[in-house]
Amino acid sequence: MQKLSMEKLDELFRKMSEKQAVYLPVDKENGAKFEKWSEGTKMSQALNTIRSAKDFIFPQTENLVDFKVNGKNIEVADTREECEDFVIFGMKACDARSFGILDKVFLSEPVDTYYKNRREHGVLVTLACTKPSETCFCQTFGINPAEPEGDVSTWIADGEMYFEANTEKGKTFIESISDMLEDCGTEKVDAQKAKINEIMRKLPLNNLKTDAFGGDKLNELFNSPKWAELSESCLGCGTCTFVCPTCQCYDIKDFDCGNGVKRFRCWDSCMYSDFTRMAHGNSRNSQLERFRQRFMHKLVYFPANNDGEFGCVGCGRCLAKCPISMNIVKVMKALEG
Amino acid sequence: MTNETLIPKIGVVTDIRIDTPDVKTFRVVTPDGKKAFDHMPGQCAMLSIPGVGEAMFSITSSPTNTEYMEFSIKKCGCLTSWLHQMEVGQQITIRGPYGNNFPVETDLKGKDLLFIAGGIGLAPLRSVINYVRDKRENYGSIQIIYGSRSKDDLVDYDEIISEWMADEGIEVNLTIDREQEGWDGHVGFVPNYVKELNPDISKTVLICGPPIMIKFTLGALKELGFEETQVFTTMELRMKCGVGKCGRCNIGNKYVCKDGPVFRYDKLGELPDEY
Amino acid sequence: MQGRMIEMAKKLLGDGTVNRVIGWKKGEFAYDITPAVFENAEEIDADFVYDDFCGHNLSKYLIKESKKDGKMLVFLKPCDTYSFNQLIKEHRINRENVYIVGIPCEGKASAETIKEKGISGITGISSDGDNFKVNTIYGDETVAKSDVLEERCTVCKSKKHVVYDELIGEDGEVNENSSRFDMVAKLENMTADERYAFWRNELSKCIRCNACRNVCPACSCENCVFDNPNSGVSNKAAVTSFEENMFHIIRAFHVAGRCTDCGECSRVCPQNIPLHLLNRKFIKDINELYGDYQAGEESEGRTPLTTYTKEDCEPSIVNERGCK
Repeated sequence: MQKLSMEKLDELFRKMSEKQAVYLPVDKENGAKFEKWSEGTKMSQALNTIRSAKDFIFPQTENLVDFKVNGKNIEVADTREECEDFVIFGMKACDARSFGILDKVFLSEPVDTYYKNRREHGVLVTLACTKPSETCFCQTFGINPAEPEGDVSTWIADGEMYFEANTEKGKTFIESISDMLEDCGTEKVDAQKAKINEIMRKLPLNNLKTDAFGGDKLNELFNSPKWAELSESCLGCGTCTFVCPTCQCYDIKDFDCGNGVKRFRCWDSCMYSDFTRMAHGNSRNSQLERFRQRFMHKLVYFPANNDGEFGCVGCGRCLAKCPISMNIVKVMKALEG
Repeated sequence: MTNETLIPKIGVVTDIRIDTPDVKTFRVVTPDGKKAFDHMPGQCAMLSIPGVGEAMFSITSSPTNTEYMEFSIKKCGCLTSWLHQMEVGQQITIRGPYGNNFPVETDLKGKDLLFIAGGIGLAPLRSVINYVRDKRENYGSIQIIYGSRSKDDLVDYDEIISEWMADEGIEVNLTIDREQEGWDGHVGFVPNYVKELNPDISKTVLICGPPIMIKFTLGALKELGFEETQVFTTMELRMKCGVGKCGRCNIGNKYVCKDGPVFRYDKLGELPDEY
Repeated sequence: MQGRMIEMAKKLLGDGTVNRVIGWKKGEFAYDITPAVFENAEEIDADFVYDDFCGHNLSKYLIKESKKDGKMLVFLKPCDTYSFNQLIKEHRINRENVYIVGIPCEGKASAETIKEKGISGITGISSDGDNFKVNTIYGDETVAKSDVLEERCTVCKSKKHVVYDELIGEDGEVNENSSRFDMVAKLENMTADERYAFWRNELSKCIRCNACRNVCPACSCENCVFDNPNSGVSNKAAVTSFEENMFHIIRAFHVAGRCTDCGECSRVCPQNIPLHLLNRKFIKDINELYGDYQAGEESEGRTPLTTYTKEDCEPSIVNERGCK
C-alpha cells in the first residue's frame, strides 16, 4: 500500500493529466458531476455524482456510422476512432460494480466494439465511501463500499490518500505516479474500513434482501398482482433509467444532416411507450407492463441470464431522483412481503 | 478495428417481385454480385434505408440458394413503405444473420413435416420449405397448409403452383378467408381447415402467421392430439440491435432477436405472456 | 391535519360518498412520499400520510382516475386546485366523478434541498412548525423550514382554494405580494447575450427524460408531438443543442395561458433546471399585455390568448419590447 498527502492532490492530478485525460467528481450548483481535470479543479467531497459513471463507457448519445446517399447508391463510412486514454478518479464502489454488469452485456458475443474501445482505454480509480447515505443499499448486492473494486482502490484517512492496485492496468497506473507516493502500512486504512463497515450496519436499508428474487421466480413474480398498485402513479418519465448506472437499453436512430445521414445510438428507456412499439402493435401497451419490465429485468431476467447476478448495484440514485419516490427498494419490499 | 455488427454492409436490390397488393419480394446481393452472408432457415437480417429506418426481416430464400437472398416484405410502416416504392438497382444496407433457426439439422431431420402459414407468415417458412425440398432425402413427408385473406393475398402464389404443387412428394392445401370469383379451392380460416384435413399427429409442425391465427391453430392442433413439443413457431417484436443488447425484444429473459425468433411451443409457454 | 384527513377519508368511504381516495403514501424514509390510491380504511390506516413532503400535485392523476367507474376523493392543496380548475376548463376531468377536499398548505419542503446542505444518512424528520429536526446516523441536525422549501412555496401565489366540495380548516387568501416574478424580471434585465448564456447553461443539462412534460397538468395531450416518430425530432436524445433548447421552449409555448404556475416541472426535473421560469415569463407577459390573469382561477370562460378585443396590443409589441 502507498499513500499521498491530500495536500498534494492537485500535483497528482497535474501529473496524471500529462499522460491521459483525468475525470473526477466536481461540485456543481446542483450536486457533483464528473468533469475533466484542469488547473484549479477541485475534487468533490460529495458521496456520489448525480449521474452515474456509465457515461464514460456508454455515452448518452454516440455516432455509430455515417452514410452518404447518392441517388440509388449508399456509402457506409466507419467513423470509429481509437479512444484516448483516460482515468476516472474517485468512482465509488457501486459504480465500479456497475461496469462489471455492463461488461456482461456489451462484452458478450458479439462484442460491442464502441464500448470495448472505451473500456480498454479507461483506468478506474475508485474511492472508498466515507459518508454513505440512507438511500445506499449496495450491501444488498454484495458490494462493500469499504473495499471498492476497480483497477486501483483508494481510501482517505487523516488527511492522506491511500492507494492499492487491483489489476495489471492498476499496477501500471500506480507505477506512473510512484515517485509521488510513499510506501506505508495498512493500519490507517484498516481502521477506516472498520469505520465504514460500522456505518453500513446503521443504514436503514441494511436489512434489504434479494432472497425473493432471481431467475427461478420468473412467472411467479411476473404475475404478481402488486404491479398494478406499484406502478399506478408512475409518470413514465424514465429518470430512473437515465440516472441508473446499470440501465443499458438503447435506441438506434438516423439523423439526416442534409449532406449525409448519421446513425447514432442513444439511451432508451423501457418506461417509454415507444420502446416496444411496432408498425402493427405494441407488446407493452400499459405503464404497468413497462414498469414491470424494468424491475423484472434487474431482479429476475438479468440474474437468469448471468449466473444469478442482479442488475442493480444499490447506488440509490433512483431513490433520490424519482419524482414520485417509487423505486426498486419499494418494489422489492412489496413483492417479497 | 475489428468488425462491428452494428455497421451494416451494402446490398443491391436486383429484382422486385410483386406478390400481393401489399407484399413484395426483394432479391438482394452485394455490390459485387455475391450473397451477403450465409444463413440457416428461420434466421433474420436487419435491412435499412439510411435516414428512413432499420428493421428486422426474416430471410425468405433458402440457404441452399448460394447466389442471392430474398425478403418478402409486407407494407405496414415507414420503412416498408419506402422499400415498396424503390426500384431495381437501389442500394440498401444489410447486416446479419441474426437469431436462431428452425432445427432443420436436428429435431426436424427424418420427420414428417407439416407447415402451416397464414398471410405473410409464409415468408420465414418458405426458407425452410425450399431447404427441405433441396435436401429431400433427409426428411419424411411434407404437407403445407396455407391460408390468406384472398387469392390475391397468397404470397409466392406462382412458386406454390408451379413448383411446390408440381412436386409429387408435397401435399399443398390452400385456403382463403372468403368466397372469391375465380377461386375453386377451399374457403375458410386456417384453424378450421387444419381440423378438416385432420393431419397425422406424428407430424412435426412449423407454424407462422398473425398471432390470432397461431393461437387458434394451436388450439385446433391440440384438439387433434398434437403435443406442444411437436410445434415450432416464430416470434416478432420490436428490435433495434439484433444481438440481444438493446433490451426491447425480450419475452421474460429471452431475447427474440438472439434466443428466437424460432421457439418450440412448450418453451414459449414457460415464458410470461407478453408478446 | 393528517388525522382529520384520515378520519374524513374513512367517513366518506364508509358512507359510500366515494369509492376510492387519492392521497399520499408513506415511504421508506421520512420524505420519500408517493401519490397513491387507497381503496379501504385498512390501507388508509396503514400508509396514508400528509406532511411537509407531500408536494405532489394530484390533479393530473385525475385525468386518468376520473374516467374510471365510481367516485374519487382527492385532497387538494390550494395551488393544486388551480390545476384542477384548469383541467375542468379543458374538459380533461370528469368533475362528477371527483369529490374534492381542500386542505391547507404551509409550504412544502424539498428533501433534496435538505441533502444539499450536506445532511446524509437521514433516519427521521420531525417539525416544530418553523424548524425541522433531522435525525441522521451521523447525529441530529436542525434546519429552518424556510431554508428548504420548494422554490414555488417561497413565492406562494395563493392559499385560497378555487374549487372544492369540502374544506378542512379555514380557507386562505391570494397572496397579492408574491415575489414570483422577481427572477423573471432579473432575466429580462440581462443583455440578450447574458440571457442566452443563462438558458444555454440550464437547458444543456437536459437529459430528455420528459419528467417535466409527464408531470405537467397542462401537458394533457393524449399523444405528444415529441412522441411522434414521424415528427423529425428525436424524443429521447439530446442530439442537437437546437432540439435540447426547443423542446422546453415549444412546451412553454404550448402551455402558455394554461400554465397555473404549479411548479411541478421544476420540482421533478432530475437535473434541477428552473423550467418554471420559462412559464412565468409567459405569465408575466400575459399579465402586462392583457391585464392580470391567473390560469385555473376560473373553470369556465376564455383565456387572454384565446380572446380577441379591439384593445389588444399590436403584434409589433414583440418588436418594441425586444428593443428595450
